[in-house]
Amino acid sequence: MTTNGTHYRKHTITALVQDKPGVLNRVASMFRRRGFNIASLAVGESEVPHLSRMTFVVNAENEDTVDQATKQLRKIIEVVKVTDLSAEDIVARELALVKVRAPDSAIRGEIIQVVELFRAKIVDVASDTLVIEITGEESKIDTILSLMKGFGILEIMRTGRVAITRGTKSALKTNAKEG
Amino acid sequence: MKLTGAQVVCESLIREDVDVIFGLLGGAILPLYQTLPQYPQLKHILVRHEQAAAHAADGYARVTDKVGVCIATSGPGATNLVTGLANAQMDSVPMVAITGQVPRKAIGKDAFQETDVQGVTLPVTKHNYLVMDPNELARTIKEAFHIAKTGRPGPVLVDIPKDVLQEIVDYDPENVAIDLPGYKPHLTGDPTQIRAAAKLISEAKRPIILAGHGVIISRAYAELRELAEKAQIPVITTLLGISSFPEDHVLSVGMPGMHGMAYANIAIDRSDLLIAIGMRFDDRVTGRISDFAPRAKVIHIDIDPAEIDKNVKATVPLVGDVKNVLVQLNRLVTNKTHLDWVREIEQTKKEHPSHLIPENNKLLPQYVVRQIWEATKGNSIIVTGVGQHQMWAAQHFFYTKPGSFVTSGGLGTMGFEVPAAMGAKVGRPHDTVWSICGDGGFQMTLQELATIREHNIDVKFAIFNNGFHGMVRQWQEFFYKKDYVETRFFNPDFVKLAEAYDMKGFRVTERAKVRDTIEKAMAHKGPVLVDFVVESEENVYPMIPAGTSVKEMLEAPMPGRELVDHKDAST
Repeated sequence: MTTNGTHYRKHTITALVQDKPGVLNRVASMFRRRGFNIASLAVGESEVPHLSRMTFVVNAENEDTVDQATKQLRKIIEVVKVTDLSAEDIVARELALVKVRAPDSAIRGEIIQVVELFRAKIVDVASDTLVIEITGEESKIDTILSLMKGFGILEIMRTGRVAITRGTKSALKTNAKEG
Repeated sequence: MKLTGAQVVCESLIREDVDVIFGLLGGAILPLYQTLPQYPQLKHILVRHEQAAAHAADGYARVTDKVGVCIATSGPGATNLVTGLANAQMDSVPMVAITGQVPRKAIGKDAFQETDVQGVTLPVTKHNYLVMDPNELARTIKEAFHIAKTGRPGPVLVDIPKDVLQEIVDYDPENVAIDLPGYKPHLTGDPTQIRAAAKLISEAKRPIILAGHGVIISRAYAELRELAEKAQIPVITTLLGISSFPEDHVLSVGMPGMHGMAYANIAIDRSDLLIAIGMRFDDRVTGRISDFAPRAKVIHIDIDPAEIDKNVKATVPLVGDVKNVLVQLNRLVTNKTHLDWVREIEQTKKEHPSHLIPENNKLLPQYVVRQIWEATKGNSIIVTGVGQHQMWAAQHFFYTKPGSFVTSGGLGTMGFEVPAAMGAKVGRPHDTVWSICGDGGFQMTLQELATIREHNIDVKFAIFNNGFHGMVRQWQEFFYKKDYVETRFFNPDFVKLAEAYDMKGFRVTERAKVRDTIEKAMAHKGPVLVDFVVESEENVYPMIPAGTSVKEMLEAPMPGRELVDHKDAST
């Protein structure tokens, strides 16, 4: 374990948890109580029946914080497996839905150009607005959003990051839970 | 067989070897209480306040090999348990709390005496449950006990709606399986790390063992002693580690930390290897982390992986049950002596005699502790709350019997001393139990004198009556220029109070009467209260002010060593 500088780094942690009432509360409560800073949290079904998978992005000053957060997560009884993906080769994605002002066809055309350039999608067209669906890494979403600012963003909905390891490795098998 | 939910709870408790329950009833939990007479094996002790039920279960669990059990009703009954649960959580005490909840249909409707008990107790329990399906009762109780007593122990709460207790279910005791895929305590040490630890021990010139509560929880007294004697390593015991190693042993160095023995703190400072066993480097032990044991490598043995590297970096982490790990380690540790090091610590003891009590005519609280030790020949369970009385009880009674010191360590709960002593005496009825109380803490839970008298629970109470919240007053003296804001208070006549509860009461106002009164209290069969009117502004020494290090240690003033002004402290 090394102690890095004081700049914040984003770490991706995934947890396989029992699908029971209150689990999200337990996890969120632990992070709050111990002062860990969660940038995003996504929950959904996993490949195993009765188990859900959570993806956390933790803002941490150093490796020690991530280590402690991971260990405290493992202590929660309903948490079955925890994997720190920070050092792994992963695919990470986020989804954003953005409602943009598009009052005339000229502006609409400009927006469509940007959308196509970034391989995003227009999913709703109204008389003076468009809804764009963007999937990708945070940086890609951030770039499109900054480009859209000029047109006038009315609303943004972003999911948290979800991540998976590349290749045959499975999060179920890495980093077995202890304690 | 067909049983009500309440019967399933009782059957399950009996299967978990429960024989005593501390509790207080109310509407939501009533179906369980009305069922209790069918199970005379379950002895119920009715407390006067639910906090006491939790502390009594805590004290009971600490002195037995059992899980402490307490029961409360919904709403205020359950919230009154919270301090007791937090206390048990901080000190890793195995407990199961059962609470009644409003009927399922009423949950979430702000019903009478409804509280989200699962939500409220979430951060102060190892785990908790709300049982919405009566068919889950048997499994849930089995899991609760399993979680409470295995791994790093802790309190588990089971919240049960009233109608779940009333519903009739099929109960098959032979067919109750726990389902905890995410709970696998790590019990044995990693062999590579064991070898690394043994190597560090063989290379160390000035090793020190820091024995904590984990040694007592794991019942690893013999293994600890074997390690210490084999490699001739001096042993320091943390507040909760007290009694894990006999204090009359030549290698015993006493307690470390804020009010630890000066020589223990100096030894840590000079050590080149700390062998931390079942302890968690609490800030009261370490002081300023950057100045703690600056020359030492660290072997950290703990069953909870999250304790490794939390406060102090481990050179060699060893996750596992203390007893198992010590057995593994002892196989590899070779016979060794550290004569120079042991002699150096002996010399430090002479230069810094922290355990000495001033010889004068004053009625000093330290003196009372020492007299209880002499009168009982060390054969007593000592129970304390938090504060000056606790530190004196830790410093001036020499513990030689495993598990003979019961104290509120991590949470520092005033008032723990009364109900915890009651629980300890119920758990070990043949042992002498002295509850050493602060006059402040005692008044937080003194209502339990009624419970104690009702069941004739033979606890001897020694109240250190100084008319102050003494430890806070000491901080005001040291750090706030003796500005005694709200620390002085009025006390009732404790002897009359004892009499009101139909108990024997004595008052001692002079040193010469201390021993005689202790003897009288012990000769009396049944609970006794002794009001020791002690020096009101006596301080606990040594003291390492919060957030500082051994360099800033304050020792008792004596000729040639005057007290100097101190800087303000942090926490």
